[in-house]
Amino acid sequence: MKGLTEKLVRGLSKAKNEPSWVLEMRLRGLKAWSSLEMPSYLPDISELNLAEIETYVKPKTEMVSNWDKVPKEIRETFDSLGIPEAEKENLAGVGAQYDSEIVYHNIKREVEKTGVVYLPIEEALRSKKYEKLVREHFLKLVPPEDHKFQALHAAVFSGGSFIYVPPETEVEFPLQSYYRLNAPGAGQFEHTLIIVDEGASLHFIEGCSAPKYNVANLHAGCVEVYVGKNAKMKFSTVESWSKNMYNLNTKRAIVEEGGEILWVTGNFGSKVSMLYPTTVLNGTGAKAEYIGVSLASSGQNLDTGAKVIHLASDTCSTIDMRSIVKDGGISTTRTLAYVAPGVSGVKSYTNCKSLILDSESVSNAIPEVKVLSDGAEVAHEASVGKLSEEALFYLQSKGISEEKARGMLVSGFTTEVSKELPVEYAMEMNNLIKMEIEGTA
Amino acid sequence: MLEVTGLRTTVKSSSPVGGAEKEILKGVDFSIGANETVVLLGRNGAGKSTVASCLMGDPKFKVSGSARFLGKNLLKLSPDKRAKLGLLMTFQNPIEIHGVSTTEIVRASMEEKKKGFIPIDKVREKILENGTENVWFYEREANVGFSGGERKKNEIALTLALRPKLLILDEIDSGLDLDSSEEISKILAKYQRETGCSYLIISHNLKVLRHLKVDKAILIEKGSVYMTSDAGLVKRVEKEGIRAILNEVSDSRGVS
Repeated sequence: MKGLTEKLVRGLSKAKNEPSWVLEMRLRGLKAWSSLEMPSYLPDISELNLAEIETYVKPKTEMVSNWDKVPKEIRETFDSLGIPEAEKENLAGVGAQYDSEIVYHNIKREVEKTGVVYLPIEEALRSKKYEKLVREHFLKLVPPEDHKFQALHAAVFSGGSFIYVPPETEVEFPLQSYYRLNAPGAGQFEHTLIIVDEGASLHFIEGCSAPKYNVANLHAGCVEVYVGKNAKMKFSTVESWSKNMYNLNTKRAIVEEGGEILWVTGNFGSKVSMLYPTTVLNGTGAKAEYIGVSLASSGQNLDTGAKVIHLASDTCSTIDMRSIVKDGGISTTRTLAYVAPGVSGVKSYTNCKSLILDSESVSNAIPEVKVLSDGAEVAHEASVGKLSEEALFYLQSKGISEEKARGMLVSGFTTEVSKELPVEYAMEMNNLIKMEIEGTA
Repeated sequence: MLEVTGLRTTVKSSSPVGGAEKEILKGVDFSIGANETVVLLGRNGAGKSTVASCLMGDPKFKVSGSARFLGKNLLKLSPDKRAKLGLLMTFQNPIEIHGVSTTEIVRASMEEKKKGFIPIDKVREKILENGTENVWFYEREANVGFSGGERKKNEIALTLALRPKLLILDEIDSGLDLDSSEEISKILAKYQRETGCSYLIISHNLKVLRHLKVDKAILIEKGSVYMTSDAGLVKRVEKEGIRAILNEVSDSRGVS
């Protein structure tokens, strides 16, 4: 199915056997899509022709929770990505999406027993049991009218995960969803809804990849995270989309009193990315931390960043961004620290560091600070540098070739991020950097 | 094993109006044999550290002349190729390498040389052979936040782990307390006994020589070799200082 029409949207909803309130959400999205404009200050995506994008690609299989029942061809794709090998060892559950649908979803029995819910989003939307919970949260933090591509997402979303962690429950191992977009010229519009209830904690990992085609692919997913009072959430992403991908993703979290969120993000792939995870600090003493690394190479324009909205007193945020550009790549880091009127004791610190590896590449930092109450401590730093010739000579003099030494120094630049990731993801990130810098893994 | 003839180098003037290149080495000649300890003496600014940097291949210096190491023309090789041949150097001021540990540096170097995977405990073992600190010290980002003394000790453990055949020690003992100088002197003596490694030692305070037997001392002045002598010269420099020797020699040579 290509393009975006009311017929397509209704058909999709019917095929998924959705309740009518979900269809209404889709139609709101459809309406907003035709009325909203693209913001003019963002990277140009006029080459992306939505009429040519396959908005829904159903994989030739049904969703299963037994890995051996996943068709061989799909299984092999995920196997080569190390999934679900990792599940056996150190994950509490795994979801795997292939094109538009989840093909595998499983949660370990002992985790399920604690009341943790981890379901494909469609199942949650259809479920009577979770209807109230889902309905109160789905597309509420990021409504369909939020921006042009959120409207598209709302209209055609398919796949993704629903997670609910009950009060005072600590999920010891991470839950992981992996998104693979395999069909050429297709779009992926998965929706992730996470609710971490009071005093609970969760680490969610999201991985994305796609093979390279010479037609444009589109990813317009959405992540909504609700962090309850005194709850803790860590959201890790390693994104290695192929370089024909338009990655126009929306991520947003709201954190209540005493709650905390940590975002860890590696952005490596895509032709154009526009992604600015946003945290709303809604309760006293809530905290947000964002650490991210991006690497833009030839033909890539990565426009990323993070936003924090301080709506309550004694809230605190830290944004630490590292960007690397090479071979004519463009990286733009946009950050926002907003402090609402009438709150006190707010602290916010933003640090953007970029490493420019050659003279053809471009790195921009666009920090925005909006403080509407007195006494907030808000600071911003940005720095741009090249690889140190002295450090290169030092490593070479220890018997390390120039290419390898460059790779090590660039990886070193991103250590702050990789040390926050689970070991397999940190390794994947280092490999992605090495592949770009040294041409080998 | 090392044969240096007519080594010259210039650096570009950093003056904003440009201007002449400055000649730092004006034709340096010397040689080092297998299993030898050679001391390079000279006043501040005489060009001692520049000799070390040129031999290691620091891209800041444009070098001419000849330097042959184990029969190979050093000046044509990149620094890593020189290191792979067995020429290594401890830096006077080792630079902070953010996000890269000493262990990772040693591993990367060993793996390149072997062209294959080397398990981490093998790497750690090699470092600890000549390391003065515990294993976790070498897992820290190399030189980041290290004290002057820690940098020097780290440099010794790192370079010796890479099994040098000729090691240039550029002011290894500056900034070290007496006990640490003594410790490093012992490590160097032991490594030399075990491997027959040669040393080119650039030093001011010479405490590090205590456990080593000096075979040759070279005094350089204003970018040239002023005199070549034996261990006795080191003793005299320690006692009388370099200026006295320079004055005396120029008197006897009848230079005004």
